[in-house]
Order: sequence, then C-alpha cells, then structure tokens
Amino acid sequence: MNLSTYLSLLEKSESTLAESFRQVAEGHGHEPDVHFICQTLAKQCDEHQRALQPIVRRYGQGDVDDEPERLHADGLSETRKGPLGLLRDLQDLYLLASLVDITWTMVKQAGQGLRDEELLDVVRACEEETEKQLKWLSTRMKQAAPQALLIAE
Amino acid sequence: MAERVSAEQGHADLGKVDRIAKIWGTRTPYGREERWPVRVDQVLAEGVEESEVERWVQSACVLCSNGCGIDIAVKDGTMVGVRGRAADRVNHGRLGPKGLFASWQAMNSPDRLTTPMIRQDGELVPCDWDTAMERIVQRSRHLLQTKGPLSHGFYTSGQLFLEEYYAQAIVGKAGIGTPHMDGNTRLCTATAATALKESFGSDGQPGSYRDIDACDAMFLFGHNMAETQTVLWARVLDRLAGPDKPRLVCVDPRDTDVARHAEVHLALKPGTNLALMHGLVRELFVNGWIDEDYIRRHTMNVEELRSTVEPWTPQEVARTCGVDAQDVRRAAEIFGTSERVLSTVLQGFYQSSQATASSCAVNNLHLLRGLIGKPGSGILQMNGQPTAQNNRECGADGDLSGFRNWENPQHVQELAQLWNVDPATIPHWAPPTHAMQIFRYVEQGSIQFLWVSATNPVVSLPELPRIRDILASRGLFLVVQDLYLTETAQYADVVLPAAGWGEKTGTFTNVDRTVHLSQKAVDPPGQARSDLETFIDYSRRMGFTQLDGSPLLDWQGPEEAFEAWKLCTRGRPCDYSALSYQALRGGSGVPWPCTEQQPGGTERLYTDGVFNTDPDYCETYGHDLLTGGTVGPQAYKAMNPAGRAIFKTAPYHPTHETPDTGYPFRYTTGRTAYHFHTRTKTGRSPQLNAAAPQAWVEISAVDAATGGLNEGDIVSVESRRGHITAALRISDVREGTIFAPFHYGYWDEGGTPATEHRAANELTLTEWDPVSKQPVLKNAAVRLRKVADAEGPALAPTTTASHPTTHSHHAARSRRVVPTTGGPAALASEEFPPAAPSDDPASKEQP
Repeated sequence: MNLSTYLSLLEKSESTLAESFRQVAEGHGHEPDVHFICQTLAKQCDEHQRALQPIVRRYGQGDVDDEPERLHADGLSETRKGPLGLLRDLQDLYLLASLVDITWTMVKQAGQGLRDEELLDVVRACEEETEKQLKWLSTRMKQAAPQALLIAE
Repeated sequence: MAERVSAEQGHADLGKVDRIAKIWGTRTPYGREERWPVRVDQVLAEGVEESEVERWVQSACVLCSNGCGIDIAVKDGTMVGVRGRAADRVNHGRLGPKGLFASWQAMNSPDRLTTPMIRQDGELVPCDWDTAMERIVQRSRHLLQTKGPLSHGFYTSGQLFLEEYYAQAIVGKAGIGTPHMDGNTRLCTATAATALKESFGSDGQPGSYRDIDACDAMFLFGHNMAETQTVLWARVLDRLAGPDKPRLVCVDPRDTDVARHAEVHLALKPGTNLALMHGLVRELFVNGWIDEDYIRRHTMNVEELRSTVEPWTPQEVARTCGVDAQDVRRAAEIFGTSERVLSTVLQGFYQSSQATASSCAVNNLHLLRGLIGKPGSGILQMNGQPTAQNNRECGADGDLSGFRNWENPQHVQELAQLWNVDPATIPHWAPPTHAMQIFRYVEQGSIQFLWVSATNPVVSLPELPRIRDILASRGLFLVVQDLYLTETAQYADVVLPAAGWGEKTGTFTNVDRTVHLSQKAVDPPGQARSDLETFIDYSRRMGFTQLDGSPLLDWQGPEEAFEAWKLCTRGRPCDYSALSYQALRGGSGVPWPCTEQQPGGTERLYTDGVFNTDPDYCETYGHDLLTGGTVGPQAYKAMNPAGRAIFKTAPYHPTHETPDTGYPFRYTTGRTAYHFHTRTKTGRSPQLNAAAPQAWVEISAVDAATGGLNEGDIVSVESRRGHITAALRISDVREGTIFAPFHYGYWDEGGTPATEHRAANELTLTEWDPVSKQPVLKNAAVRLRKVADAEGPALAPTTTASHPTTHSHHAARSRRVVPTTGGPAALASEEFPPAAPSDDPASKEQP
C-alpha cells in the first residue's frame, strides 16, 4: 500500500508551509495583517501535522526513495522586500498551500476507499482550514496586486 | 441619584438643571410599552432671552450617533442656542451635554478657518479659492496622467452630510476611479456594518430605539451608552426608574454608569470578548434556550456554531476572561429566559481583538432565540458618529453606493447606468482599500495625493508617531478640509475652510435608520464653503464627465443631490425613494426604508424572518471571520442562503500583544461623556472643556496600592511604540488594566507634541480586525512609572466611569476629589409639556 508515501508527503508539505508562513510573518512585519494572520495559519499547519500522527503510526512512514521528489517545493528560504516582494511571497505561499490542499484530497480518496473513519475525521477537520488559507491568500493578493503591479516603486 | 420626578401631565414645569453635573437630566419614569415622556431641553447664550430669538431652525444633533432632533436658535445672524424637538422619535425633546453646549458654540468659535490656505516656503498662507483649488487640480491631474487613479486616496469622515458623501463617492469611483476611499468610520462603525453584512446579507440596523420602551432585558456589549449616547441612556434610565423595569447586563472592564445599574456586570479582561460570547452562546444550546423552529426556517450553519462554542464552559470562560463563572451563567439565563431582549454593541467590541466575530456572536444570540424584528427584541449595532451610517450607504468608505456588492457585476452595472459612466471606471476588482492600508500606501509612496475631510487622523489613528511620519513624508500632497486648523491640517499642502453644522443644508441618518433634515440657520464665516460645494467644484475643474460629455456632477445644491440619491437607493435595503426634504420638514425624523408602500418609514427590519442574503440582492458574499478571506460568489451561491440569516463565527485566540514582564499592564482607550472625537468641537465649548480639561490615566486601587501611587501623581505610560504623561486617577477600572481617554491631542497645546505626549494613540498598535479592518484601539501592553508627586487630584470627571474609586479601604489613597459640576454657565432648562411625540412611523402625517 502506497498511502504511507502520501501521508509523508502531507506531513512534509504541512511542515514546509508552516515554516514558510512564519518566514513571511517575520519578513513582512510592517504589514500587520500579513504578520498576524500568517502566524495564526502557521499554528494551524502545526496542528494538522499533530492530527496526522495517529494515522501515520498506523500506516507507517513512507520511504523517501519510494517515489523521489521531482518537483522541489522546499519553501521560502528568505522573504522579498517591498510591495512586489510581498505579492511574490504570498504567491509562493499560495503554491505551497495548494500542494497541501490537493494532497489532503488524495489522502481523503484513500480514506474513503479504506472506509477509515478516523482518517476521514482528520481530513474533514484539516482540509477545510487549508481551503480557508487559500481563500485568504487569494483575497490578500487580489487586494495587493493592482497597487504592486501598477504603481508601487 | 436625588432627582425630581416628572411633572404631572398638563402641568408645564420650567426648571433649570446643571447639565454638566447631571449628564442625563431629570428622570421621567415610564413603564413597559408606555410612551417615553417628553422633556424639552433648552439652552440659550448668556444674556439672550427666549423672546429675543428671531427664528428656530430645524436640524438634528451631530455630537454623537444618537441623532437627536434639535432646533437652532438664531439671533442677528448667529446661532445663540438650541432646543430639543419634542416631536422627534429619537429624543422626545431631550439633548445631552454635548448637544446643549458644543453644537452651536463650537461653530461660533473665533478660530474657525475663514479662508483657504496653501503651503508657501514651508508655511501655510491664506489665499483665495481659485488659487487653492487650482493647486489641487494641477497636482491631481499631473498624478492621474503620470501614475493613474491608484495614486489618489480619500480619507473622509462620519460627520459630513449624506449629499456630501454621495458626491464624494461619485467623484472617487466614477471620476477618478480609485478604490482608495475610506473614512474615520473605519474607526467607529466598520464592525457594525460588517457584522450586519455577514449575518444578515447587508448593512441596515435591525432594531429601533423604541425597543428600549418594550424590552424585558437589555444587554450592553462593550457599550458605555451612558457616556457615548447620553440621551439614549436617559431613555434606559427612565425605564429603569419605572415599573416593569428591564433586567440589565453590562459587559465592560470599567465601572461605567451602565455597570452600576446592571444586575450582572461582566468586567472581563480586555481582548477576551469572543471567549465570553462563545460561553453565552454555549449556555443557550446547553440549556435549550433556543427556538428550533426559527433556527430551522430562518438560519443556516447552526452546527458549525455549536461545535465552535463547545469548549467554552462557564469555567473555561472564567479562566480566560477573568470573570465569575456564576455571572456567566446568570447573564446567559437572563438572555435565555427573558421574553424580549434588546442588545446593543459598541467600541468595547468594535475596537477590540476579533471584533467582527464577537459582534456577529451578538447577532447569533438573537437568531438562536428568534429575537429579532419584534417589539422589544432587537439588535442595535451602534455607530460612533452622527452621519457614519450615510458614509456606509453612499460608499465614501469604499463600499459601493446603495449597499451594492462589489463582487456582483450586475450591481456595478446599475451604478454605471445611474451615473452614466463606463462600468470599467468603477473600481470593483478587489475589496475597497481600508484606512490603515491607505496610510500604508502613503507610507510606501504609492499614494501621493491624499484628501482628508472632516477628520483628524493625527490624533485618532493608532500609533501616532508613525502617522506623523507618514503625513510629513515629502512625496505626499495633502489636502485637508475642516472647520479648524487641526493637528492634521498643520501637515497640509492645501487647507480648505468648511461650512459646518447650521451653516449648510443636508440630511443624515442615525443609528436606528432615522433620517433627519438639518437646515442652514446662518451663513458660514468668511469664505468657508460646504463640503458639497467643494466636491462639485473639484469635479467641475477636473473636467469629469458622463458618457454623453455632460458634467459628472451637475447638482445645483443639496436637494438635487438628495433626489439623485433616492434613485440610487430604490429597491435596495436602504430605500429612501419616498422621502423628500419636504417630508422631513416639521415633525419627526423618519426611519428608512421609506417607500411608496411604507411612506412613513419602517420601525424594524426582518419582521418576517426573511434576510437580505439572496445572492442577487446581498451586499457581500461574506468572509471567513478568522482570516478575512472572501467566500466568493460560487461558494456563496452553492450555500443557497435563500433569505436565511447566517450563523458566522470563529475560534477564539488571545490578543496578539499581551502583557509581559516588561510591559505588565493591559492598556485600553475610550471616551468621556463631555468630549467627542479629538475635541475639535467640544474643546471649544467652555462648559465641556471645564468638565474635562486635561488628559488623565486610570488605574485600579489595588494596582495603585501595589505601586505606591496616589491620586493625581504624574505618571508616564509607555508601550513599545510611544509614551504619554498624565495625571493619575485611581478609579474602579479592572485590575491590571490602564485606561486613557483618547480625545486629547495637541491643537490647544501649541499644535504638535513636544516632549510631553498626551494623546492615547501614542501607545496603540497598528493592527486591525481581519474582516471589518477596524483598528484594534483597545489593546496594548504598557508599563507605568511615576514622574512626579501629585499637585492635586487628576482633572478627570467624577460623574462618569472615571469617578474616584468607591472601595472604601482604598479611598484613603485618593485625595479629596472635587465633584464635577458646571455652575451657572451649565444651566439648561427642562420643560415637561403634555404633548405626546408623533414618533410612530405608521401614523406620521404625510405632507
């Protein structure tokens, strides 16, 4: 069964996303909404990883060599500066959150096939929050884009 | 309180009362569902007899959001006093201290602006209108050509008239095409509007002031009504003094007059409102105090609400909020078991952490019991300013005019047709830019033209050291339109003198949707002009046109603007279509919606349990309350709200800045009964200024004892952002909390702050609610240190929440504080005529 590979992928991408939210929160401290909301969302990602633990214990850790990464989503190494930099950083977060989102969907598919209610409960609690993270990122980017792309220095 | 009882019916009792000492005047008790008795309050300038008054001109008061009907006394072309309008549904003749003493006296102040001014070699120098307007237009045109509309920002007010906001909205949206428009309404009523939109689909106050007359219980959530809307509180006091008095619950960390009359006072830690609300909602579920049938037929998302509040037992609330678990149960029981419950909400919720979620929770309490749209059962999500509602309706705050939805292309098209412009001009591609973001864009240099009208951000916005730097930035062209040379005006490149209240005609709408006509009583001083004239002039000079080439704004005066506004509101929730200036003359103000079917106006909304959530009709598709992410049209339509109200909620989280060892106190800011805003008007009234002449800070008796502090000691309060120095009042504020009034700036102290800062917002944090974008002005971590011994008690009022501590074992630490009185200058007459007010919309006579 290859589910363990996807559980590992999910854990890793939630962890990368949490780290990146924290990176953006620190790097864009002068945007208080970004600063505080990214901190909150980072904590959500931590919680998601915690919620996954009992499932991972049951299905085991996936071997990284089972299906090595081809597309590397390593997270943000550092944040950019200024209005355009903010937009680009939020967009990177959007990509990372999308990876998390679709991975939850795949894990949910497996959970349904297994009729694993414990797994499905975890998915239900977490995927909705991931969806809201994406909505917030998109809302904030749409707000920032005209100013950043048309007029900011 | 030793006060006279009301006069017998038919006997006109003429007495004079010191209205500084007796903020709420004389009691006129009444019982449930009786009519609130009339009491006509009047004051005239010293030496002016009533017989000398040449005319009384109809208006309404603009010194708070209550909207009291008022008549202005005119003699020799000057305003010489005021009288409450007996027939008005809002006040039944009463006026508060600010209306009595500031409304007209502030306008007569010798330091009114009388000519435009432009900056020349660093100094503001007087000039004529042509020179000032050409300078504005030149800069504006240049920026539009080189940078485009996103270079322009407008920061307006909650104190202009409806006609002026509508003009400004059209100029901004259809002339320039900028989304960067907001008002100081962002600081006062943004959360009220947002909470109503999220729960009910659109803005619009569900309840009526008449619900005070009919309720069995009242809940005041973060609402120091006794000081913010003194006449409304007089109505409550009269019910409390009568038979069948309502049960009262107060949520406030201070010992306000509301708290002192309350059966249950929940003096919670600042920043924990949402935890308390979750606890109250949970108690309704747990005890079955809910209306299953109403919930099923008229609401959605109840299960999400139930699971979100589940962890919040009374014990958990007690731990987080620092209140007694038993008090949480008692408060919930009063809500759950009283037949008719009225709730009011204000800045204690709106300017605190998780503002929208906490305010929606009040809506949720009412929806759970179906207590909405019925006499005595209502919600008043209050406004802070007199005309804030009109800013929200007209969209000078960035919203689309007439409660339209920026995400709905059909709504944008309607406006484009009304204004006869290309819909692409109207900014609707993203949410409107809120005030704090506008200032951020100024800080970053992308907004280079900022027009501030009738507000004073250099005192009222959070983190003032930063705001001063922003407005002083070299690349910014700042226009300030005001009555006086405010702290903000001193940063301006062009200052425009405005005509104010009593000097121009227009309409405005109060908290409970009551529309009043305010008529011109006297000429403005010097060259001062109404804001409407100024906006029309700017639009004409800029050459803004409709698609057919005719001028974008072609109104000849306010009445034409009002007629245009009626067309904009037809069929929308805020429908003014059957109102007119003529209909508003005489008698009482009229609550909207006012249509051919309801020509006398509408007392309450949602009487049929049908809400404005239909996707084609709603003002918003809603947001996630934790982050502010938009729900969007697709997801909203899939939810199929179909006229049902929506339970909106979010998990509680602690404030982002919390006390620590370096900054051990929680800091909160607020109002006093004697001042409004940054004192631009009230500070120019001798009676009000004398009642509260100087800033102070409050601390509890326990904290004072721990710190070895005495009443009147000069202290410095410091946050990570700034510091203030003021005299200490030992009051009954919650332990661990420091309070400062936010009214005091620097205009009467030499203009700009030198070393001694006193504006409460020197310390506050740049942070806002994720949904309403209202700044969190009521939370910061601070430390306090003594600077000098007291030379006397703090000059803080004793008649209000700033009264000296009443805990006798600590009272020794308080020096003898002289009670606040107004003396002969503060005497106002009270008359108790037998006539009943004509305040029933259904029975209002039609012209």
